[in-house]
Amino acid sequence: MALIELDDVRRTFTVRAKAGRLRREKREVRAVDGLTFTVEAGECVGYIGPNGAGKSTTIKMLTGILVPTAGRLRVAGVDPARERVALARRIGVVFGQRTTLWWDLPLRDSYELARRLYRIPDHRYRANLDRCVELLDLGALLDTPVRQLSLGQRMRGDLAAALLHDPRVLYLDEPTIGLDVVSKAKVRDFLREVNRDLGTTVLLTTHDLTDIEQLCDRVMVIDHGRVVHDGGLEALHAAGDSERTLVVDLAGSHPPIEVPGARVVRVEGPRQWLAFPSQESAAPVVAAVAARYPLVDLSVREPAIEDVIARMYAEVAIG
Amino acid sequence: MQNAGLHPPDPVGDTPAPPRPRRPDAAPGRFAPDLLAALRLYAAVARGAFRRFATYRAASLAGAFTNTVFGLILASTFLALWHARPGLGGYDEVTAVTYIWVSQGLLVTVAVMGGGFQDDVQERFRSGDIAIDLYRPVDFQGWWLATDLGRAAFHLLARGVPPMLVGSLVFRVRLPEHPLTWVYFLLATVLAVVVSFGVRFLVSLTGFWLQDSEGVRSVTLVVSMFFSGMLLPLALFPGLLGDLAPLLPWAALVKVPTDVFLERVTGPGLLGALGFQLGWAVVLLAAGRLVQLLATRKVVVQGG
Amino acid sequence: MADQAVVTRAPLPAVTRESPAARVAWAVRSWWLAAAMWTRAIMSYRASFVMMLCANVVVTFLDFVVVILMFRHTDTLGGWTLPELGFLYGTSALALGLANLFVGSVDALGERIRTGTLDIMLVRPAPALAQLCAERFSLRRLGRPAQAAAVLLWSLTALDVHWTWDRVLLLPVLVVCGTLIFAAVFIGFASLQFWWGEAKEIQNSFTYGGATVLQYPPTVFAKELVAGTVFGIPLAFVNWLPALRILDRPDPLGLPTAFQYASPLAAALALAVAGLAWRAGLRAYRGAGG
Repeated sequence: MALIELDDVRRTFTVRAKAGRLRREKREVRAVDGLTFTVEAGECVGYIGPNGAGKSTTIKMLTGILVPTAGRLRVAGVDPARERVALARRIGVVFGQRTTLWWDLPLRDSYELARRLYRIPDHRYRANLDRCVELLDLGALLDTPVRQLSLGQRMRGDLAAALLHDPRVLYLDEPTIGLDVVSKAKVRDFLREVNRDLGTTVLLTTHDLTDIEQLCDRVMVIDHGRVVHDGGLEALHAAGDSERTLVVDLAGSHPPIEVPGARVVRVEGPRQWLAFPSQESAAPVVAAVAARYPLVDLSVREPAIEDVIARMYAEVAIG
Repeated sequence: MQNAGLHPPDPVGDTPAPPRPRRPDAAPGRFAPDLLAALRLYAAVARGAFRRFATYRAASLAGAFTNTVFGLILASTFLALWHARPGLGGYDEVTAVTYIWVSQGLLVTVAVMGGGFQDDVQERFRSGDIAIDLYRPVDFQGWWLATDLGRAAFHLLARGVPPMLVGSLVFRVRLPEHPLTWVYFLLATVLAVVVSFGVRFLVSLTGFWLQDSEGVRSVTLVVSMFFSGMLLPLALFPGLLGDLAPLLPWAALVKVPTDVFLERVTGPGLLGALGFQLGWAVVLLAAGRLVQLLATRKVVVQGG
Repeated sequence: MADQAVVTRAPLPAVTRESPAARVAWAVRSWWLAAAMWTRAIMSYRASFVMMLCANVVVTFLDFVVVILMFRHTDTLGGWTLPELGFLYGTSALALGLANLFVGSVDALGERIRTGTLDIMLVRPAPALAQLCAERFSLRRLGRPAQAAAVLLWSLTALDVHWTWDRVLLLPVLVVCGTLIFAAVFIGFASLQFWWGEAKEIQNSFTYGGATVLQYPPTVFAKELVAGTVFGIPLAFVNWLPALRILDRPDPLGLPTAFQYASPLAAALALAVAGLAWRAGLRAYRGAGG
């Protein structure tokens, strides 16, 4: 059963730009330019692309905030633009950078409001709240005012709020942005369970490749308002599997260091950048550096999503 | 991430540290260069505020429209009053109407209704950044005073001049007879802004103790509108109220500048009026400094 | 895995269109739910709230003191006495205060759009307008209508009204319709912010500026302005026209008597126009239609 269906969906914006002293020029910008895809019930789809590619315009059309300029769109059996309120009862939305919780009130109050606003039957509300509290470890936080929660705690609170009304589709916009490693892991574990155990369809935008790797079985890359890749994660892996970077701070300036299994790509005073294959563990490289050189500090950088997308483009162009 | 345990917090992280304001040279014993450096800094801050407000051109236009509408309304009611009682409070019909238009020009410039830097401070309270602000190397009070002066300079042009122009086109108004009066008026307006800043600064700092400092603002708004003479010249206040109102700091906001503009005070009277403003400016800034000190201490004790 | 889950789920129910009455009821209930949340949020700072409410009531009296001070120098203003002005002041400020209490927050629409709060409202199953009107609701706004009601009561005791049944009936109608007209002005002008973010200032001219105009007798103002409040933005129906009937005063414009009873009609018209403006604005924001 297809839960999300798009058929040649387009969205243009009219931008007025100054041209000369008083004249203003109207210009059409195609934010989404002919999207056609379906998402089946129970899928977990990563929706990625560079900034300004049309990701958020798509999400806004799927949630009923924006109306498409052309094309056909259905989510959970509803036309989002025409039945916004009916749609709202069937979807859950989490914005990573904006909370929907009530700032000055205990977490529990936000959930109580959702119960009334979404007209959630009592038994469903209790069951869903209990499950979220357990899985997201919210028990101790329920009576804490939201303003006192950490970013990670608040995100967990937001996730619970988006799921109390048994949504068929869950949209997540950068759900792990700004979170620490432990919180990220908790959020991902939870999303996996929601997707697997409840069959909730998940559509997720993110800049964090690990989110996609750990959660999604399908990834869509969008650019200039069009889908440029839609499929499994293999392409992502092929592109992402290239190299990671180990950044080391030595005690002093050094000529490029020599470490087996890695090569120096950049030197800047006491700091050096070493590239090594993504599938290899960083541990032997780190150990090798530490054994031979006065190592002060280090970090490992994953390939950035933009790099990966760029590589995918390259492959599309070649293939 | 198989190496998650290897590196706890990212030491060579991707996020750059937030920019810090440049510390004005604060070495002791170099008073004059210090003062110069500080003045230069505050001048830059004021210029920045001027430019920031200047970008809201449409807002200024809409605001000037509102000032003009209120000017038209109040001028009508004043004309009705002076029609019934010519010469009331030492104003004739022309000076009474002029009073309305000058005070409408001052309303936003002097921030009689509050606002200006207060909105920024309120936002800093909401985000919690206010505790950090107290520890910045730039002086908290001086910084906000500079921004408010920059804002006022812009508002004098954008929100002060248009209602004056419209008013003088639609009604008969009295312009100063002596050219120097314009200079005195400008001086009185600057002092009015500083006094107004002193009051608003104290109001904003209540945010350290009261969560609902918006409430304090709405209360001071009405008090300020009433005692500044924005709604009715203080000369019309009777009895004890009439004795008291000209002594309060709000009299420095509208009463003094309009008195200067209409040349109701000249010579020694003019000096006294400007001195009155200066006195309140000093007292309020000192009080603000004291409260700022208490706030800093409170933040230290409670950690914000 | 997915197949398994689908089995455990009920099939999607068809969307049923609710009746207009049910939708209005739901809008009111949504407003109520959100307003109750804001009230509780503010009550978490109870002491400062109570203090502010009291201070607010006391201090708003200064607003009327200005009128009293004017009357220390004259017996009539534009031919009207102090109790008559008290009646105008009380009705105008009461209507504006109540409208501000219920829908005043709508004027922050531009800011809600900028910060993305409107988008969050649009993904909730409640009318965006109801949520917007309840945003940052505060009982502190009761201060002004309370003060206005006190002035109105005083004026009624001080006035020597010849109470006939139509005048008795006109008074509550006046308060209700006045509130509705100001609510329409709030919503209608706020809708302009969908196209022009700075329309808020213009709106102030008609809400707060309008209320100030209505606090004085129509005889004080130019006839063109008074005509504008009858045939343009229908503020004259808030209190001027019904007051002419209640206080038995001649109409400076010489309009038919029917106008003095026409406030409900004016309120309905104003609300309809405001509703259309809101819908057009929301459509423009969402990008629907032409």
